[in-house]
Formats: sequence, C-alpha cells, structure tokens
Amino acid sequence: MTVPKIALKNVTKHFGPKKVLNGIDLEVAKGESLVVIGGSGTGKSVMLKSILGLLTPDSGSIQVDGVETTRLRSREREKLLHKFGMLFQGAALFDSLKVWENVAFGLIQGSHMPRSQAKEIAVAKLGAVGLGPDVAELSPAELSGGMQKRVGLARAIADEPEIIFFDEPTTGLDPIMADVINELIVQCVKDLGATAVTITHDMASARKIADRIAMIYQGRIIWTGHARDIDNSGNAYVDQFVHGRADGPIKMQIKAL
Amino acid sequence: MGFLAATGRAFLIFLEATGRLALFTGSALSHCVRPPLYPRQILRQMIDIGYYSLPVVGLTALFTGMVLALQSYSGFSRFQAEGAIATVVVLSITRELGPVLAGLMVAGRIGAAMAAEIGTMRVTEQIDALSTLSTNPHKYLVAPRLIAGLTMVPLLVIVADIIGVFGGFLVGVYRLDFNAASYINRTWEFLQPVDVISGLVKAAIFGFLIALMGCYHGYHSKGGAQGVGAATTNAVVSASIMILVWNYLITGLFFSTK
Repeated sequence: MTVPKIALKNVTKHFGPKKVLNGIDLEVAKGESLVVIGGSGTGKSVMLKSILGLLTPDSGSIQVDGVETTRLRSREREKLLHKFGMLFQGAALFDSLKVWENVAFGLIQGSHMPRSQAKEIAVAKLGAVGLGPDVAELSPAELSGGMQKRVGLARAIADEPEIIFFDEPTTGLDPIMADVINELIVQCVKDLGATAVTITHDMASARKIADRIAMIYQGRIIWTGHARDIDNSGNAYVDQFVHGRADGPIKMQIKAL
Repeated sequence: MGFLAATGRAFLIFLEATGRLALFTGSALSHCVRPPLYPRQILRQMIDIGYYSLPVVGLTALFTGMVLALQSYSGFSRFQAEGAIATVVVLSITRELGPVLAGLMVAGRIGAAMAAEIGTMRVTEQIDALSTLSTNPHKYLVAPRLIAGLTMVPLLVIVADIIGVFGGFLVGVYRLDFNAASYINRTWEFLQPVDVISGLVKAAIFGFLIALMGCYHGYHSKGGAQGVGAATTNAVVSASIMILVWNYLITGLFFSTK
C-alpha cells in the first residue's frame, strides 16, 4: 500500500469549552480530489487550517507524505508549505498589492524569483484562469467577487503546488460563475496533477470537483465514499445533507420563541 | 469567595496577556535581525511613519514651542526671570515635549493605522494567506514596522526639536520683543548634548512601542469590523499610556541625581 499524501489520525481541537474537531480520521491519496462536505460550524475550516499548521491540534497526528507535521518548527513549516496552495473563501488577496503581485507573491517571497520573471508567470497564470493581462495592473479592490476568486485561484496554483486546498470556492458567487470556478478547479488540478481537498456545502460543486466525498459532522468524519455513490450512501445524515432537508437526524439548533 | 475568584480570574487574564505580548515581542525582535528582511516593506513603512507624519508633528511642535514661550513669559515676568525663557523652551522641547508629543501624535496616526491594517488582514484571512505562501507574517508584517518605528520617530523628533525651538524664537522675538541674537545665544548657552540625546533615546523607544502595540493588537484582533475597531482603540490607548510611563522611567535613568 502506498503512503497517502495526507493522513489525519484522531485529530482533536477545541476552542474554550467547544470541541470543534472530535477525532478526525481521514486519508487523501496522491492525485485524488477529495471534497469534504458538512454544515456550517462542523469543523471543516479548522481541519484545513490544522493541516496547514495555521492552527495546532490538541492531539492526534497529521502526516503529509508520511511525515508527521504537527510538531514542526517554523522554518521546516515554511518549507513544507511550499507544497501547498490554498484558495481562501474570501479570496484573501493582499489589497496593498496589485493583482499580478498577488499572484506572484509566493514566487517572489517564497521562492525568491526575480520580479520580472515572476510577473511573466503571473500573467500566464492569470490567463489560465481566464483573466487578461490588463487585469494584472489593477488592485484587488477594483475586481468583482468572481474575478477575485479567480485571482485567488491563480495565486494558489502559481507556485505549482503538490496539494491545493479550496475553502468554499463557490460561496457567494452566482450559479454561472460558480460553475466557471468549478471547471477551472478541475482543469487546474488536472493540469498540475495535484492532490486537492475542497471543503464546501455546495452539492453541485462537490459533484463536479470530487473523486471522493467525505462528510463531516460534529467534528468527525461520518461517511466517505466515491462521488458517484453520494446519492445512495445508505447514511441518513448524508442523505439529509445532499437533499437539503430540514427534517432528519441532523437537528439545527433553533431557539424556540 | 466570588470576589476572590473574580480577582484571580482577572489576574490570570493579565498574566496571559503579558505572556502573549512578551512572546510576540520576542518573536518579532528576532525576525528584525534574522534574514531575509523585506527592504520594500521597510521602505514603505519608513515613508509612512517618517515622511507623512511630518506635517502633524511639525505643527504640534511649532505651537508647543510658541505657547511655551508665551506661558513662561507671563509666569517668569512676575519675578523678573524673562531671560530664562529661551533656556526653558529649548530644554522642555528637547527633553520632554518633543519626544512625548511627537510620540503621542504618531501613536494616533500610525499606531491606529497599523492596527486597522493588520487587523483587517487578520479577519479577511490575508495573514493566513501569507503563511500558506511560505512567508512568515511576523517577518513580513511586524518586523518592517518595528524597524521603521525605531528609526523614524527619532528623526521626526529631531525635526520637532528644531521647529519647536523656532516656534519659541518666533514668539520671543516678534511678540515679546527679545533681541534675536541674544535669544539664540540663550538657547545654546545651557543646552547639553545629553538633553537632546535623552530625547532621541525616548523617541526610539516610543517609536518601537507604537509599532509594537499597533502590530500586536492588529495581529490578535478577531471578529470582523468590531474587532478591528477595538484593536485600533487598544493600540492607540496602550501605546499612549506606555509612552507616558516609559517617558518617566527613561527620564529617571538619564537625570536622576540621587
């Protein structure tokens, strides 16, 4: 059996009295596209941030390429993060920099590439997500939400990472732009041969992107399976989520009036 | 028992905050001296702090020097000590008012801006994005601001000293009818290097504190617009208080005769 690209074993994390991750077990194989679905506040983002080391889990093991990463020192962490690219939910573009400087940021600061060379690559990557070279000189604030997401995607893939994370890539976009982003994600991941982990609650997006789907609920992975099996998972929780029903085993806490 | 528990809790929160600030300071300081540095960022911050603060610091110094001359005249003339006005102005400005007032103005201008900018970067995940792009946020965001604060505020205070003394000169010569040459003579007569140097040491420490508070509160802000607002307020208030406290401590170090 080959070593999984990312492996989480019994990862826990709490904030104050609230247990957000409650023993996550998850493996992602090299080159596959895993989509993690789950409601708001179930720990999806915390899981991604724990893998990246932006948050330190309370216990458990997180391995990348078979190497334990939870106790890395900051310099080793920086080296490890070269393998990663991430598209943030709100794109998280640096608003003090121009669009091309955003895309080239990892190349210039992380990989110490000369600015002129990095700019060429940045413009090429912008082209790959369907943005012309005229956009490169704009500032992020001048762009629409969909364009910002695309710039964020270009930035995530600019340094040709082995692993890409997508945090709710379609949230806040109209259905057409959402589909454009989905297709770009599929395209970029395929072109790079990268391993992708996406967290979302948009089922259309999940169906389009995923090789495999995992469902997270109350800080645990309660189901994993092939994307094509999502409609007959035999799991009441997954069924309720996929069909977006208010009634079912997942109870939203709504205060009685 | 409730009272004891509340006291203990407050004390623990205080210790936690102190520890967190100490760790933050240590980490930021170590990044100031370990390469890679970011010259572009340092330059940007230097221009922001040094150049764009000139008008507000200059105006503050000018009117402070002017009012000093005016006030000491009305006070000193009661016991015929008008001749000491030039000395009083130059000593007050270089030792105390130059660094303290410039520090407070810069705290309002720069500390607030730093906290707001870094705080917004925090809540919009830009700081997380920095990390994922293999860039240490302490090194990229905090260290350049600390370096700029440490170096630029003393330069601002040199300018403030000159303008402040000039303000006193203007009032002395054009309003109180002193002889210009003798006013300038008086200004130099009792001025010692330590007066200016102690002021510049203060300025460097104030600049560091302003940047540190701005970065620290911005970096740890949470919860959207309200959190950024709170961080901004805390940055300015804590920097101002620290300036006043450290001003006393440094004065004690330089000029305690006992």
